[in-house]
Amino acid sequence: MDSLFNTEFALGHMNYWLFVILMMTGLYIVVARGNLLKKIVGLNLFQVAVFMLYISMGKVAGGTAPILVDNPDQAYSNPLPHVLILTAIVVGIATTSLGLALIVRINETYGTIEEDEVLDIDHDMYSAEVAEMEKFKLMNAETR
Amino acid sequence: MELAITILLFLALVSCAIAIALVRNLFAVVMLSGVVSLLAALLFIVMDAVDVAFTEAAVGAGISSVLMLGTIALTARNEKVPPRYSLVPLAVVSLTGMVLIYGTLDMPNFGDKNAPVQTHVGPSYIERTPKEIKVPNFVTGVLASYRGYDTLGEVTVVFTAGLGVILLLGGLGKRRKRRRESN
Repeated sequence: MDSLFNTEFALGHMNYWLFVILMMTGLYIVVARGNLLKKIVGLNLFQVAVFMLYISMGKVAGGTAPILVDNPDQAYSNPLPHVLILTAIVVGIATTSLGLALIVRINETYGTIEEDEVLDIDHDMYSAEVAEMEKFKLMNAETR
Repeated sequence: MELAITILLFLALVSCAIAIALVRNLFAVVMLSGVVSLLAALLFIVMDAVDVAFTEAAVGAGISSVLMLGTIALTARNEKVPPRYSLVPLAVVSLTGMVLIYGTLDMPNFGDKNAPVQTHVGPSYIERTPKEIKVPNFVTGVLASYRGYDTLGEVTVVFTAGLGVILLLGGLGKRRKRRRESN
């Protein structure tokens, strides 16, 4: 517990904590908001926070961007997290576009992009189906 | 100085994120998400990741905003349901956040030269790229040569996603026209 109040430790870890706050704001939007487009935006926020966590791990104090300079003693930040996150950004836009296509398709079928309304319509359809089944069973019983 | 910039950018980021949660106009939501991407790109530059920064600016603020605007045009302009303020999601999110922060406690300090990340393959890539690949940018060397098959996998993912979008939205215009005629 002692180490929590050490300024060097706190400054060294503050970036990670800030990213966790951003990540949780994104998660909150995904969980608490019913609009599907907003959910996608929240997911993107969450994703950006994860990217930042990765990039911050690759940073070297006193280092520069990983592009060759003339000075042989120059320290560079680690290029590997940058490569991984470049790939992740492109994969992220691919999944986002798929999610947006799903939203358009849901809107076409249900006429809404609000989660609650979609669930209500689903529920109504289910109860109508159940009522139909009951009627069918009754008819069968009568003919027998 | 760097710390001050980081905190300033971060405060702007979180206020944008909170605004996204509160605003009900979806056009504003999309624009705010573009702003978030630009601020994130600035933060990446502060952390030395220039390649990531321009990709984030181009993809996050550019392409994804355009896609979302298209979605709005095809669906709805406003969030219908007024935001509910229930405590359960807030509690779940705070608990998750606390667990994650607990998880960071045994991580190395920000910028630590002796962190495990810096002592594995990273330095060898920095050493070998100018000799073997002969490009000044190490990120390019790793991305296009040493880990080129990752990029191949990425292309596969993008192709699959594109296929999915085409299958989902194919014939959208035709179906709309048919529905309009039948009404």
